[in-house]
This record gives sequence, structure tokens and C-alpha cells, in this order.
Amino acid sequence: MDSDKINLELGCTTCTTQTTYSVPIGPVHPALKEPIQFTFRLSGERIVGVDIKPGYAHRGIEYMGMKRNLIQVLYLAERICGICSISHPLALTQAVENAAGIEVPPRAQYIRTIIGELERIHSHLLWAGVAAHELGFDTLLHLVWKVREKVMDLLEQLTGNRVDYAIPIYGGVRRDIPDEKAGLAYEALSYYKNLLQDMINAFLHDKSVAMRTSNVGVLTYDDAVALCAVGPTARASGVKKDVRQDMPYLAYADMDIRAITPEDYGKPVVGDVFDNIVVRLLEVDQSIKIIEYCLEHMPGGELTSIPKVAALLAVLKKADGEGIGRHEAPRGEVFHYIRLEAGVEAPVAWKVKAPTYSNLMSWVPKFMGDEIADIPIIAASIDPCMCCLDRATLVDQGGGEAVKLKEELVKLSREKTRRMCG
Amino acid sequence: MALPRSFKKALWVFHVATGSCNGCDIEIVAALTPRYDTERFGIMLTGTPRHADVLLVTGPVTRPMLSRLKRIYDQTPDPKAVVVVGGCGSTGGVFYESYNVQGPVDEVVPVAVYVPGCPPRPEAIIDGVVKAVAHLEQAGVSK
Repeated sequence: MDSDKINLELGCTTCTTQTTYSVPIGPVHPALKEPIQFTFRLSGERIVGVDIKPGYAHRGIEYMGMKRNLIQVLYLAERICGICSISHPLALTQAVENAAGIEVPPRAQYIRTIIGELERIHSHLLWAGVAAHELGFDTLLHLVWKVREKVMDLLEQLTGNRVDYAIPIYGGVRRDIPDEKAGLAYEALSYYKNLLQDMINAFLHDKSVAMRTSNVGVLTYDDAVALCAVGPTARASGVKKDVRQDMPYLAYADMDIRAITPEDYGKPVVGDVFDNIVVRLLEVDQSIKIIEYCLEHMPGGELTSIPKVAALLAVLKKADGEGIGRHEAPRGEVFHYIRLEAGVEAPVAWKVKAPTYSNLMSWVPKFMGDEIADIPIIAASIDPCMCCLDRATLVDQGGGEAVKLKEELVKLSREKTRRMCG
Repeated sequence: MALPRSFKKALWVFHVATGSCNGCDIEIVAALTPRYDTERFGIMLTGTPRHADVLLVTGPVTRPMLSRLKRIYDQTPDPKAVVVVGGCGSTGGVFYESYNVQGPVDEVVPVAVYVPGCPPRPEAIIDGVVKAVAHLEQAGVSK
């Protein structure tokens, strides 16, 4: 890359470094929880270019799904991602119900909503812990993960498993939430309600968190719209975008859901990592309120419209048509498209668009102009999920010399950074 | 033969995700955090395979990760033990008949302990790592 051009881009006239160099990170790297490869082009400490190569966790799930019957596909969808392990089945069941014209009883819709929102609580707490870790604030990581165990316990009591809940099935849900278990849910919710202010204090009123995250990894409103960012990543940039608000489904249609932006915390929108923390913490509070509403207004009635699996398979085999399912997963909108043909058990086409796929390109403006030490927290700020993302492989153009830099990155991240330019 | 004293209360593990769905990976992190707190037994995650005694491998091995997993295995000093966490790493699980999945972990590197479950509970993961100690002791005898 032309060094004059870089200096120009950075608005830097005093730079003495005349060359840029490339730093490959990944696919297996201590700062990354999952395999992905970054190649950063650097001018001194500043990032002037980034090349992202995902695809290491690509398992070919859509291809496998097109050779199995729809009940088996449901198990596959659940295993697209272990963190969003209800989001993908929720979107898939909606797509199939849409294609086959299957009705879902109201009680089942409420149960789906409750589990979906519990998942959001555990996922956002998980993210908050990881973000604290990337900042070198391990005490906070352990504190957050300790309180996260409460929602994991509740999920286990309601569904029988800590992860992979196997709750939705085409036409309804597989397990009820009886009254005695609703009591457990209320208890866990009040635990989190009491705790939320402490969490806000620990993250948002902490000087070192503010110094490391304010004006770091900025995604402007215009960039977020142009790059089609979704979920908390877009909302942190002030884009009021939320599937639960824009296209209400399940029990969300009975509630007044509003997309949460940093303005709800009474601060101007910057779109930096700090705003990402604000949005995710406030969404935990929103989820608590949604679950409370669902528990209070839970309608009676059937759990599923077609209880027998054999009958369900027969209905699905006769179905002909295409359908879409959308769900606001913890990371943003997850979209499933399915095409069924009469007489064929397996779906003829199945397409999954996971939230990280939409958010991937927002990494580029977020990284540009920031320092090497900010890489871990910016990478974490969109809450990336490679196993969700890797439905298709993207390879950008990149190049240059390879210079090895390994776990120094995590150490570097512990150094304070506060400026961003470009 | 007993393991050197340095192994007691200082078993370092390295986590490799070879195409897993994140379920097992998150449970591994949960095992390290206060509820389960494996660090009180000296089990902790290390940043590099060169410092590791145990490799925790999750997920079916995808083709792009195949050479990486072999390389990480070679980088780990002896005696070492591979613990496969989760059903899909142990047998392939739901991931079969795919163009990009090589297969379970034991087709690529020798495996000492299998931890079944989708995903296994943190207690099961800790149990798997403890069982790996017995394997390391045996490996020490044969050296």
C-alpha cells in the first residue's frame, strides 16, 4: 500500500514510518474463542487495513439438511450455534410453519418467547464477561459468569438442558412451563432485577472500562445503515432496528417492544464499544420485562397443533411451497428460508443467514484507525459467532509480508487506549 | 511411575475449537468460572499449546482445521493427552455426509478421553480432564 496514501487517510503529517506491515491473527489464537483469520495492515500502531477470512467452522449444515427429513433438520438447526441454540430452531420452525401452513397454539408461542428471552439474558451476560476479559478485567468476567449460572439453572429446570434446549417443534413446543416452574422463573427474574444496577455500576461507572471502550471501535449511524448491521451492533449506533419491533411475531406482537439505543440510557449515540455495552445491559432488563409479561399473561390450551410425530412428518411431506422465518437472536436478526416440495421428505432448499454474517463488514470501519491493543475488544464488540457465520466462505483481497504476533496481543490489550482517528 | 511433582495441581489445558457449535466451548469456559472453579485444582487454560499438558478439542474436524489440529498436536510437548469434549468430536454426531467435515477427532490425532454429551455438563468436562491425568501417568511409564 502506498505509504503517502495511508498518512493522508490517517490525517497524520508527522508519521515517520514509511512502510506498512501485515500481522496475521488466527485461525487459532488465544484472543479468539473460535477459528477465524484476520490479517491486519498496520502503520506503526495504527490499523490501516483489515482482511477477514472466516470459514474454518464451516460444516456444510445446509447441504446436510437437504438430505434429511425435517425433524432431523431441526436437530441440525439447533447445532448451528450452541449459544443461539433456540434462535435458529425458532427461525426454522417459523419458516416451515409458514411454508406448510401449520398453526401454532398461543401457549406454545408464549413458551417459545420465554425461552428465547432467557437465551438473550444468558448470551448478553456471556458477552459482557468476554468483553471484560478482553479488557484484561478478569474479576468482572468471573463475577458476570457467576451470576450467569442462575439463568443457566433456570433453563435447565425449564427445558432439561443447559444448552440445546430442544423446545420448538413444527406446530408448537415440546415441553410445558407448569405453574410450579413459573415460580422458579419469577425467582430468577427478581434476582436479576436486583442485580442489574450493580452490573450497570460495574461496567458503566468504571473508569478503566470507560477509558478502554469510549471512542474505540466506532461504527457511525451511516455506516451501520450502509453495511446492514443488525442487532445490538446496529442499535449501539443509534439504528432503531429490531425484528421484535419491526415485524412482531410470537408473543412479541402482544407487547410494545421498542428497539433499545444508547439514548435510552440518556447518553448521546457514539457507536463505540461503550455503547455496545450499554445496549446489551439494557436489553437484559428488557428481556426480564418480556418474560414477566409472558408468565403473567400465559394463555392456556394445547402445546402443539400436531402432537404425533408420525402425523407431523406426513403433513410436512405433503407440504409444498416456500417460507421464511425471522427471529431477533441475541446478536441480531436470524433469517431462515426453506422450500418444500410435495412428496419429498427433505427440504429442497434451506438457507440460513445468521446475525454475524450481517455484522461482519461492520468490523472494517470499527478497526480502521484504532490500535493493535484494541483488536480483541473490537473483535468482541459485535459479539461474533463464527459457527453461525460460517454458512459461506468470504475471502477478501489482501497481502503483504507476514510478521508473527501471537499472545502478545492479549497482553497488549491490557494497555490503555483511548484515541481513535480516521 | 508417578508424574513429576510439577504436574500435581498444575494441569494446563489448551482449547481447540475445530468446527464446534460453541455449546461445548461455552461449557468449558463455564467450568473455569466461579461456580465450578477448576483453578482451585490447578486446571487452567493456557494461551499456547506449547505450555499445555491437555488438549481440549471440541467439534467435528472441518477440512480447513485439519492441518491446524495436527500442527497444534505436534506443538504440544510430551507427555500430552487429548480430551474430546462433546458428541460431535467423539463420533461426528449430527454432522455426517458433509463435504467439509473430515470426521471425528480420533481420525486425526490420538485421543485419550472422550466426554460425551451435547454439550457435556461442566462437571463432566472436569471429570474428563481428571481422567486425562491417569493417561498422562501411563504415558510417563512408557517413556
